Amino acid sequence: MTGRTLAVVSAGLRQPSSTRLLADRLTAAAVDELSSRGFTVTTSVVELRDHAHDITNHMLTGFPSPSLQSVLSSIVGADGLIAVSPIFTASVSGLFKSFADVLEDGSLAGKPVLIAATGGTARHSLALDHAMRPLMAYMRAVVMPTGVYAAPEDWSRSAPESSSAALNRRIHQAAAELAEEMARRESKPRVDPFELSTTFEDLLRGDSL
Amino acid sequence: MQFGIFTVGDVTPDPTNGRIPSEGDRIEAMVTIALKAEEIGLDVFATGEHHNPPFVPSSPTTMLGFIAARTQRLLLSTATTLITTNDPVKIAEDYAMLQHLAGGRVDLMLGRGNTGPVYPWFGQDIRNGIALAVENYALLRRLWREDVVDWKGRFRTPLESFTAVPRPLDGVPPFVWHGSIRSPEIAEQAAYYGDGFFANHIFWPKEHTQRMVGLYRQRFEHYGHGSADQAIVGLGGQVFMRKNSQDAVKEFRPYFDNAPVYGHGPSLEEFTSQTPLTVGSPQQVIDRTLTFREYAGDYQRQLFLVDHAGLPLKTVLEQMDMLGEEVVPVLRREFAALKPAHVPAAPTHESLRQAATVAS
Repeated sequence: MTGRTLAVVSAGLRQPSSTRLLADRLTAAAVDELSSRGFTVTTSVVELRDHAHDITNHMLTGFPSPSLQSVLSSIVGADGLIAVSPIFTASVSGLFKSFADVLEDGSLAGKPVLIAATGGTARHSLALDHAMRPLMAYMRAVVMPTGVYAAPEDWSRSAPESSSAALNRRIHQAAAELAEEMARRESKPRVDPFELSTTFEDLLRGDSL
Repeated sequence: MQFGIFTVGDVTPDPTNGRIPSEGDRIEAMVTIALKAEEIGLDVFATGEHHNPPFVPSSPTTMLGFIAARTQRLLLSTATTLITTNDPVKIAEDYAMLQHLAGGRVDLMLGRGNTGPVYPWFGQDIRNGIALAVENYALLRRLWREDVVDWKGRFRTPLESFTAVPRPLDGVPPFVWHGSIRSPEIAEQAAYYGDGFFANHIFWPKEHTQRMVGLYRQRFEHYGHGSADQAIVGLGGQVFMRKNSQDAVKEFRPYFDNAPVYGHGPSLEEFTSQTPLTVGSPQQVIDRTLTFREYAGDYQRQLFLVDHAGLPLKTVLEQMDMLGEEVVPVLRREFAALKPAHVPAAPTHESLRQAATVAS
């Protein structure tokens, strides 16, 4: 059986967190989809709150603490990523954006990414497409066409026309898209930033610059 | 092994009393620190080069020439000389002149500079940083080694029948170190020429140093300059000492917490565990410094940063007294005992002159 690694980033702040709840549902659905395609899946889930100080420190000093480094490595090395943020003030949370800011250039390049968000009202759902999707596009991630937004009513079984069933549909749609992209890509070794990618003769000639 | 001081030359308010030295105070303090370095038996004083506030040392050879006139033994160096935005012709001339005035007590450390706006002020672009470092240094080498140079490149106006004057003292160019925190291309450049490599080794995790020095050593051997353990390595280090380590921590903390580079970020405790910063007793500094060779190998030059973040000159001079009396003598002895015979010392003007005489 072939393996795939799936990283999950949740930027929820509360405990319990609806953002984490959504992340867990997406993760379970993606693991199911990958398993049904014959892959064993290793998942690593990161709660950004646990690393909030280290993320700020990285911005200030330019290098990650050992524990943040292992988080960054797990994301860079993963075959796919599920990124879930609460929507605050018309965009992803500041913590989520700060985390994106400390990811090294190219960390997400070519990586299948499922974007998802939670918010206090369904009126913020387009933040997924006007804030999170362009951010991921800038990072050259391969963003899944379906983004998943969960508003408060989506968690309610008693909601009219069961919007929780609709959320479920979106979760499975997005998870299937992610699994498909992860399945058809070979697992890639991560690039070592300290590795020399050129010879000095090339540098002298002005090549590869 | 050479021991010395390197200074950034920042003008930073003292966070404990808000006092801000004038530029004149700071320049004078840098000179005092250099003279003190000679007095306490250190080998090297190296100054930074900056072209923006809050830094003062824009003209290193002016300062080093002044220090040269007031010292007998001290080796004068830079940390770093901007190989990207300085004209290599002017570097060739300025440092050859300094060599003559200082009787050969000169080497220099080249760096790219990481302040984006400085590049356009000098007609360059930070995105060409590596390319500038490579082309400018290739020209600088020729200007020191060939009496008449014809040259054409990407970044500066061509040269036709150009002679850089004065010629290097005794026909021996100053030894060059290349400094970089995390650009493997610069370790490669140092290795290619058989020059020295200096790892900044302050403010950053030791793993950066380990990777960069490892690459440099391996490529030094690849290019046939000797075995990997014979490559010429220098390291930085940052220390603050008091007799009792608790006093050191207590006194340094406000300077740490408000420091320009890392202040308001990690705690002093986190930063000392994650980077080579050592705050404690002289013995703790000795112990920590001796561990550097465990990941960098036997190395040739150790420079300490002791004067940044608004520390008053009086405190800096006390730090230097402790370095001179308690730390460096022990480190000299210990490092010498550990170093195998086939590992060379850092080149000096005298050793390079003798090597050139033997070769011709």
